[in-house]
This record gives sequence, C-alpha cells and structure tokens, in this order.
Amino acid sequence: MADAGAAPDLSPVLHAPLAHDSAKKHVAGEALYIDDLPEPAGLLHIHVGQSARAHARIIRLDLSAVRAAPGVVCVLTSADVPGRNDISPIAGDDPMFPEGVVRYVGQPLFAVAAETQPKARAAAALAVIEYEDMPALLTIEAALAANSILEDRQTMRLGDARAEIAAAQHNLSGRLAIGGQDHFYLEGQVALVIPGEDGDLHVWSSTQNPTETQHLIARCLGLRDHAVVVEVRRMGGGFGGKETQSVHYAAIAALAATRTGRPAKCRLDRDDDMVMTGKRHAFVTDWQVGFDHAGRLAGAAFELASRCGHSADLSIAINDRAMFHSDNAYALQTAEIISHRTRTNTVSDTAFRGFGGPQGMMGIERAMDAMAWSLGKDPMDVRLANLYGVSGDLTPYGQTVTDSVSYELMTELERSCDYRARRLAIQAWNADNAHLKRGLALTPVKFGISFTANHLNQAGALVHVYTDGSIHLNHGGTEMGQGLNVKVAAVVADVFKVPLAAVKISATRTDKVPNTSATAASSGSDLNGMAAFNAARAIKARLTDYAAREFGCAPEDVTFSPSGVTAGDTALSFTELVRRAYFARISLSANGFYRTPEIHYDRARHQGRPFYYYAYGAACSEVAIDTLTGENKVTRVDILHDVGRSLNPAVDAGQIEGGFIQGMGWLTTEELVFDAEGRLRTHAPSNYKIPTAGDRPDAFTVRLWDRGENAVETIHRSKAVGEPPLMLAISVFSALTDAVASVAEHQILPRLDAPATPERILAAVMDVRTRKALGVAGHV
Amino acid sequence: MGRPIRFLLDGEVREIAEVDPTLTVLHWLRYDLRRTGTKEGCAEGDCGACTVVLGELDGAGVRFRAVNACILFVPMLDGRALFTVESLKRDGELHPVQRAMVENHASQCGFCTPGFVMSLYAHQRSGAATDTATLKDALAGNLCRCTGYGPILAAGQAMGADPQAGDLEALAMALMGIQPTERLELLHRGRRFLAPRTVAELAAAVQQYPHATILAGGTDVGLWVTKQHRVLSTVISLNEVEALRSIDDLGGAIRIGAGVRYVDAHPILGEIHPSFGELMRRLGGLPVRNLGTVCGNIANGSPIGDMPPALIAAGATLVLRSGAETRNLPLEDYFLAYGRQDRQAGEFVEAVIVPRVPPNRIFKIFKLSKRLDQDISALCAGISVGLEDGIVRDARIAFGGMAATPKRATALEAALAGRPWTEGGISAALGALDLDFRPIDDMRASAGYRLQAAKNLILRAVLETTHDTPRVLDLEAVGHG
Repeated sequence: MADAGAAPDLSPVLHAPLAHDSAKKHVAGEALYIDDLPEPAGLLHIHVGQSARAHARIIRLDLSAVRAAPGVVCVLTSADVPGRNDISPIAGDDPMFPEGVVRYVGQPLFAVAAETQPKARAAAALAVIEYEDMPALLTIEAALAANSILEDRQTMRLGDARAEIAAAQHNLSGRLAIGGQDHFYLEGQVALVIPGEDGDLHVWSSTQNPTETQHLIARCLGLRDHAVVVEVRRMGGGFGGKETQSVHYAAIAALAATRTGRPAKCRLDRDDDMVMTGKRHAFVTDWQVGFDHAGRLAGAAFELASRCGHSADLSIAINDRAMFHSDNAYALQTAEIISHRTRTNTVSDTAFRGFGGPQGMMGIERAMDAMAWSLGKDPMDVRLANLYGVSGDLTPYGQTVTDSVSYELMTELERSCDYRARRLAIQAWNADNAHLKRGLALTPVKFGISFTANHLNQAGALVHVYTDGSIHLNHGGTEMGQGLNVKVAAVVADVFKVPLAAVKISATRTDKVPNTSATAASSGSDLNGMAAFNAARAIKARLTDYAAREFGCAPEDVTFSPSGVTAGDTALSFTELVRRAYFARISLSANGFYRTPEIHYDRARHQGRPFYYYAYGAACSEVAIDTLTGENKVTRVDILHDVGRSLNPAVDAGQIEGGFIQGMGWLTTEELVFDAEGRLRTHAPSNYKIPTAGDRPDAFTVRLWDRGENAVETIHRSKAVGEPPLMLAISVFSALTDAVASVAEHQILPRLDAPATPERILAAVMDVRTRKALGVAGHV
Repeated sequence: MGRPIRFLLDGEVREIAEVDPTLTVLHWLRYDLRRTGTKEGCAEGDCGACTVVLGELDGAGVRFRAVNACILFVPMLDGRALFTVESLKRDGELHPVQRAMVENHASQCGFCTPGFVMSLYAHQRSGAATDTATLKDALAGNLCRCTGYGPILAAGQAMGADPQAGDLEALAMALMGIQPTERLELLHRGRRFLAPRTVAELAAAVQQYPHATILAGGTDVGLWVTKQHRVLSTVISLNEVEALRSIDDLGGAIRIGAGVRYVDAHPILGEIHPSFGELMRRLGGLPVRNLGTVCGNIANGSPIGDMPPALIAAGATLVLRSGAETRNLPLEDYFLAYGRQDRQAGEFVEAVIVPRVPPNRIFKIFKLSKRLDQDISALCAGISVGLEDGIVRDARIAFGGMAATPKRATALEAALAGRPWTEGGISAALGALDLDFRPIDDMRASAGYRLQAAKNLILRAVLETTHDTPRVLDLEAVGHG
C-alpha cells in the first residue's frame, strides 16, 4: 500500500467526511448480505409455522402431513429442543417453540426444514392445529384492567410534585396515545448455520448482538458457548430490531442444522417478519404540569403505560429509558414519573432507535405546547424558560446535568431558521386561510448516553499489524449502516498515521472479540472506538519502545506521521518499522478493552448517574394541514445537532437526517393496525407506510454544531449520534398540533394522538371546532 | 415445445427453454444465476430493492424502464434487454450513477442501494429531468430506511448525462436481432404460459383457456404468486400484442388499449384533465407504473383501484372482447360485487374509452391516503359536475374505497342537482352520501373518516372552483409560495 511506490496519502482520516467503508460495494451490488453468500451444498431452507391465535391452548398439533410433504427433511417443535427452550435475553419467558399455550398471533409454533423454501412453506400449510381460545389482552387498557404486567409499577420522584402542581398558579393535564413502529429494516431477519465437527456451529446472523446469539444458541442446544461462532459482516438495517429478535431465527436454523447435520438457512419474508417480530412500544401517557404566569414549571407528573407484548424481551430497560426521558431537556423542578409495563397477547415489543426515550419525551413536549397556548405565549419561549442550564440542573433520577447546550442550540437555530419572523408569517397566513392551516415548532432533544444496564458499558477490540504494514481490525460492534466501521477504522489509522486503506475492517466474530454488548444505545463508536484505540495504542507503544531502543533515542522522540516514522535522526516508513519489529520479535497484535467510567444506578430507588453524558440537538419543523381531509405535509425542517467533535461529519449528518425522517414516519404515516383478533393488518409496505423521498421537504437543512465538544473524555471528544436525532422529529408532531390548534386560535388544546395520520388530524380538527362551538374551556 | 425465451443480459443473448412460467426475475437472478446484487425487500413491488431496468425496442430507439424484478415473471423478459446493478461497472470502474451515490454518501446499510442505483440509471438513460420534483417521482417506488433520501436526491442531481448514449444504436440492433416472430408458448410440468402477438391470437387463446389468468403488467397478478403463493396453471400474457398497446384519439374520446401501461397513458390522461395526471403521478411508484396497465387496474375489480372512480366520473366505457365479438358497457356496470365483475369466461378487457372532459365541466379527482406518494388510497373520488348559471345541472360522482366495488354516489348526484355550486348551496345535499355508502373500517381508514372525508371532498371541490383553494400537497414553506 504505502510502499507500493505511490505518493503516501497524507489526508487526515479523523474528523473527515470519509465515505462509508462499503459504499463502493453497496452501489455495485457487491456488498454481501447473508442471503447473498454462496449457498453450501445440502442447504436446508426453513419456514416457520405460526400461531393463528392471540392466546390459546394447543389442543392438537398434528404435523404428520407436514413431515410427509415433498422435500421435507425435518420438522421441529419444542420437543426437539435439547437444551433450554428459551430465547429470551433476560427474563426466561420466551420459548423457541411454545409448549401447550400460544401467546400471540405469529408466534413460532414449529419449523419445517426442506430442500427448498417453497417446499418448506407449502409443507407448513399442511399442519393440523386445533386451538382452544383463551381471553386475549390486546391493548394497554385491557392489560391494565386485568393487571397483566411484566413487573410492579415503577416510580421515580423528585420532591413532592403533586403538592407543587396543586399549589402552582396554573395547572394543566392531558392524555396522549402514542403508536408503535415497525423497524422496516430493508433486509429482513436471516441466519445461515453450518454445522462443523464435534457439534460445533458456525452462524452467520443479521444481528446487532452476536454474543447473545452465541450464548442463547448454546443454551438452547445444550452446548458450551465455545462451540458456537457467530459472525456478522453487515446488516441491511437494524434500528434495534436485530438486538434480540434476530436470535429466534438464528436459533431455529441452528437447531435444524444440529438435528440434520446439514447447513440450514432461516430467512423471513417481509410479511412474516412484520407479523413475527417485535416493534417500538405503543404508549399511553397521562401528563400533568403546574407552572407560573411566566410559564416556568413548578412540577410535572407523568403516568406512562406501555404495551410490551407477551414477554419481557428488553421492555424493562426500554420503559426505564422512557422514564429517564420524560423530562427531555427541561428541569421539571419536582417530578413524579410512574411507569406501567403491560403484558399483552401481542408480539413482544423490543428495542427501536431511542429505546423508549422518544415515547418518554412526548408527554413533556405536549405539555410545553399546552402551557404556552394557555398563557398566550409562543411555545418557544416556554421551552427556553424551562431548559436545563436555564431553570435548574437536577434530573428526576438524581443526576446533575452539567453539559447542557440546549439553550445555545435552540437560540442559535431560532436565529438561523428565522423562527420569529416565520411565526408571524404563519399567523398571518392562517388568518387568511380558512381550510388550510400551517404550524411551526422548534423542539429540543437531550438524550442520555450509556446503557442503563451498567455491565453492558464495555467493549473489546482486536488489532493485528502484519509485516507488510497492513492492519486487520476487529471489534465487538456490528455494522448496520451507521458507519461504525469506518469511524473505528479511522481511529485506528490515526493512531498509526497510516492511510485508511491500510486498515482492513473485518466481520464481527465472537471468536475474535468475546463477550461483547449489543451494538445499541448509540454506544457503538464510543465503546468500540475506544477499545480499538486502546488496542492500537498498545501496539504503537511497543513499536515506539522498540524504535527508541533500536535507533537510540528517547521514546518521546519517536513520532508517527502520514509521511512515516521518525526515531531520533532516523526516518523510515511505517512498514519498514513493522518489518524490523517483527524480526526483533515484537508482538504486533493486541486486544483492547474499554469500560465507561463514572456511571452507577440504583434501580430500586431510581436514583444515580446512569448516563456518562448527554447528546443534544434541536429541530424546527414547519407543516401544513388540510382541515377538510387531514392531509398534511412537512414543508420545511431545520436541524442543529451536537455530535461533539465529529469523528466523521458525513456519517453523522447521515445519521441525523435519516434518524429525523424515521422519527417523522413514526409520528405521521406509520400506523400499526391490529384487528380485534390480535392480527397485525399492516404487515407489508403496501399498507405500512414509511416515508418516501417525496415526504422529505425540499427545504431541509442539517447542521452540526460547530462548537460541539464532549465535556467528558470520549473517543476524540465525539458524541454518540445513532438515536438522538430520531427524537428531533417530535418537532413535526408539535407543529402538526400547532396547526390543528390554530383552527381555534390556540384557545383549545387539540387531542391529537400519534401517529398523526390524516384521519387523526381530521378528527382532532373536528373535535377542536366542536369544543370551540360549545364554548368548552380548552386547556384541560 | 416452441421456442425459448430470448433476451439480452449485459448485452449477451440469453435463452431459457424450460422455466416455471411464474418464476420471478428476482428469484432467477438471485438463486439460479447467483447474481445477488438485486435484493428482495418486500416481494410485492412496494420497496424497490429489487429494481432492475428493462430496455425495450421503441421504433428505432430503446426505451428504458425501471421495474420490480420481484413481481416480474421470467417469460416477460422475452425480446427485451435486462440490466441489473451488476451490469453497470465498466472495466472495473463505477458507473457515474454509482460514483454519484458514493460521493454523496447516499448509502448507509446498502440494502436498498442497488434498487436506487437502477432507478437512477433508468432515469439517466431516459434523459429525464433531474430537478428535485422529477427525481422524487422517479424514486417514489424505492424505500430507504437509513438516509432520509437527501443524499440520494443529491446523487440524482450529480449523476450527469448518460455516458452510454453512444451505445444506443448497437443496443437497438441487438434488440432487433432477438425480436420474436412467433408467439411464445411455454409448457412446464403441465402449466402453460402463452404470449400471443395479435388480438385474434389472444382472443382465441382466451377462448381455448377460458379460466386462464390474464396477465398484463403483473403488478397485481405478481402478488398472487409472491404473496398468496398461488400456483397459476395457465397464464395468457397480453403484453406482446402490439395492437393493445395503442392509444387512439377518437376525437371526443380516447381509447386506451389493454396493454397500455400507466406510464404511457399518463400524458394523454393528463391532457384530458390535469387532475388525471396528478392521480397517476401518485399511483404506485414509477416501477409499478412502468409495468401496470390502466385496463388491468379496472379488470381486476379491486374496490380500491385508483383509476375506476375517476374514469367512471369521466363517463368511461369498457370494451370487452370474446372471440371476434366485442361489447361496450359503462364502466360502472362492470363492477358487480366484491371480487365479481361482468366478465364472462372466454372474455377479456380489450380497451377503455375515456371521453374528453368538456372545458365547461367541473372535474376533480381526489385521493386520500396515509402517505402522499405511492400509497393505496383509503378513499378515491372522481367528481364531474355540469353547471348552468352556477346551479348544478348534473353530477357524476364516483368513489373508491367506500364500498365493495368502485361505485357511483347516485343519491348524492340526485341531491346536488338544482343546487347552487357554493359552500352553502351543497351542504344540505351531503347527507345523501349516507344513503349511497356504508363504508367499512380497515387498516387504511375507519368508516367514519371515509364518510366524513368523502363529504368534505365535495366541499373541497366547491372551494377549489369558487375560491381557488390550493391543495396541501402543493404548498411550500411559508415565504416560498
């Protein structure tokens, strides 16, 4: 590479807008996803037979016709699971195949492994299943009424919020229902398993969590962890949907491979994927606030209830994060946050970008609008008055916010997007237009960074330097499109001051870096970047010591630069130094480890410092609605986001824009509809509508905050970026609410739930008009 | 039996003699050829991850169309050139479209990327405009869950002109070299695929196999295979009947043949009335419009097809053929009940005749859906009103999504007659819609919304004619028009 005679590439790799490492392969169709890998001889294809009922006893499960069908090699049920029949990450409540009772429509009941996929599917249809229905709890309300919960309700308190609210000059309350969201990663769940000697298994899985996949497969099959290797080169999108839910299908394929001794692939088609896999949790939030004439909070109370589905999955932590983010960016002064986690007969809901945070923030943002309108103020002013750093710094969970830049971000964005003038222009426009209304909102995001399960805040990496100067990089994080690999590779290249091309990014494998955490919680580059940095620095330290000895200088006089290495008076290329170090028997391989410092949390009291730091951003959205049909359009978006000192501004801008549009979909067009029998009716893109190019407003600006720098010592002072931007889209929901409220001059608080489909917007408009006509006092 | 399917892939002639007649091109590419760049995202033509490009002889030139390989049957490649994402690199170098995608950071997870590349490739080869609005339309059939689309649109604007424009003549020659002279007839394990080349051949085939599946673009029939997993025993394609691909100007009306795709009907229908143009812009994504036909949208009898309400309002007539006999019937009479149409065994839809909208008539089409682009309508309305001195003389109003079939609102039509075409004038008539329809709740909308919005659309039609009220879709940010 650098020695090939060409001029060395001296361009910096850190903080540079480098292309995604796979970009050239993506555009050429050469990036390999699991279903693209050459199929091994004898491969079996799996189709998963599903429960047709939401809650029922299995009276009869006759699979004889399935077994006898053409091409079928084996049929798997719970009786075939040699180890523990459980694929749950934590709670032990999620069987690979249920025994006796099914708990949601789409639950895997058995699996067919056949010579071809169509044969497996056709065979599965021959199953004779008799159910005895049991009462099914499908909604939050039904589950609460039946006291069907995953754990006791959780409460987080700061002061005596109830008393402060009651004593305040004003108080308001309301209820907001928030729908779930399908991940709609473009690549569905897929795993390929090849059995080896001694019962060992090599698993290719599209998963954010190779280690957990390894551990759970081993547990299901009664193997030791060391018998299973899980490999992930890339996912065609994850968004949290492959943090735990991928394990089920990898485990089924592993079971088939173990039972037959043949390779097996399990790939869900889109409809099966959407029916069988968990989603973002639906929530119902009751909110109550007390505040003064100036719009400053005296206290806030939230009662959150979520639909978790039939098992716990990650719901406990997700609902905890909803509680942590009920304050969003605001000092609530006093707070009471109650959380109910309902167990329902629906698919087990799971991680999804933001992990409960987005739902948590919705209540306080609705309250901010309500407070402002009730006082005749601009919501922007009420938001500013209540920010951390403006009106206080203590969170409801006892962490002090010391790094808030919300005020700076919001006021800078306010100026740059001309918020005040546009507010006036919209007021004037609305006064002139009876049937179309515009809305505007500028909302902040503050998002806590760290896994709230403390032990997950660790990472490992493995770096090899070869004698030709090329570098092999492996770390525990997984690439799902977020640009993690190019960021980490840049960190390593920068340590040695070599071109990015000298660093080979390799597939994540459990036999290279063990016991890793899921790539989740936006932590990928914070954790793995630091672990890889530590590994690379270990090798660099050995090279430095060697060079100092070899060339007779102090270690401080050994410097690495893009043009090579100097040791005292000696200059040589990096490759030459490496070659010499090899002959001097210096180890050129190292692993690196990192754990996040300073964090702690006492879950029993819901107090502590769960977050190492916070990520911040702000967005201003402008919308228009048709009050006759509820049709709506986002007409302009301006975003200012703090990513600290960006490791890669191009990747970060992509995360921000993509996260925003995904959040906009969640709050507008993406509606999950379950029928009265618990069947998901929106299980394909024909009727589940994620945003298209046409939904992105032409007026769309994304700016990284140029003063951004992480206050704590993260990798090169960067900040996590994966999740926080999704919640910037709450500005769209708030702007839509603003547009609806304008039909009654903001005198009546709209009852607009999410997603704000045309139907919900029309209903909210009609409701506001009705209440206005009746003279009902509005802000309650 | 007969000759093989013959087409071009990467400029090379490919022949397939033996194939499952409803094997999709996607499946064939991925699992038979192991050309895995083309991805499956949904298998129903809604996500575009499987987008490939077809080159088709068009006079002496070549027409390029982005299509969904997931719902395209292999025999439909006959006589055409197929391009996949693997076709684009030249001498190991990325194609300008691919380079623009890389330079604009337009891929993240990369799974949808080959589909976007192919949509942009077709766009470039077609010489289409690269303003944002045109690009958004061209890409509405491609879903990306990662980028938010901005970088992809930027790539579309940066990709430049077709670098292979010089190869067009050679491609046209190659296509001429494989144009079939005889009809395609495949037999595969007792299943049959027929592609007649004349109307007479087609009519005879439909008579011979009266229960055959008649295939036009396959944007509906494809899903019977990929979603319902149906095994179609006999398929008769009308795609190769050139006479059915014609649009004839009859003076006061136009006649759209059964083989006319949406994309080809779009300009003339837009000319009949701009409202038609906007409806067609929002009908499916471009890859669907590149395959699907106007008559197919009618023939399948879906209660939520976008075309029928508008065509019924326009007073369209359907032409059905059985053998040498044809009969015409008012389009609204074709739809008998859910899943049942007035089409006899041995009969097929040959054309639809659409009268021009007289300039003095009020003509409006509305489509309501959760997403503006590429969504199935919750509700579709076609409204045609004749006024005399501001008074409604007659009204033809049809709705889709309100009943088991596309249907006229006869009670409303009667109630409107004689009333002033004003907000106040029509309001008392709207209650008649309750007599016309009892819509259902489903995943697209509730019955209540459908009924309320249907009434409001009549009001909106009035406002658009009396107050020039714009549609929300047409609004830009405040201060930008």
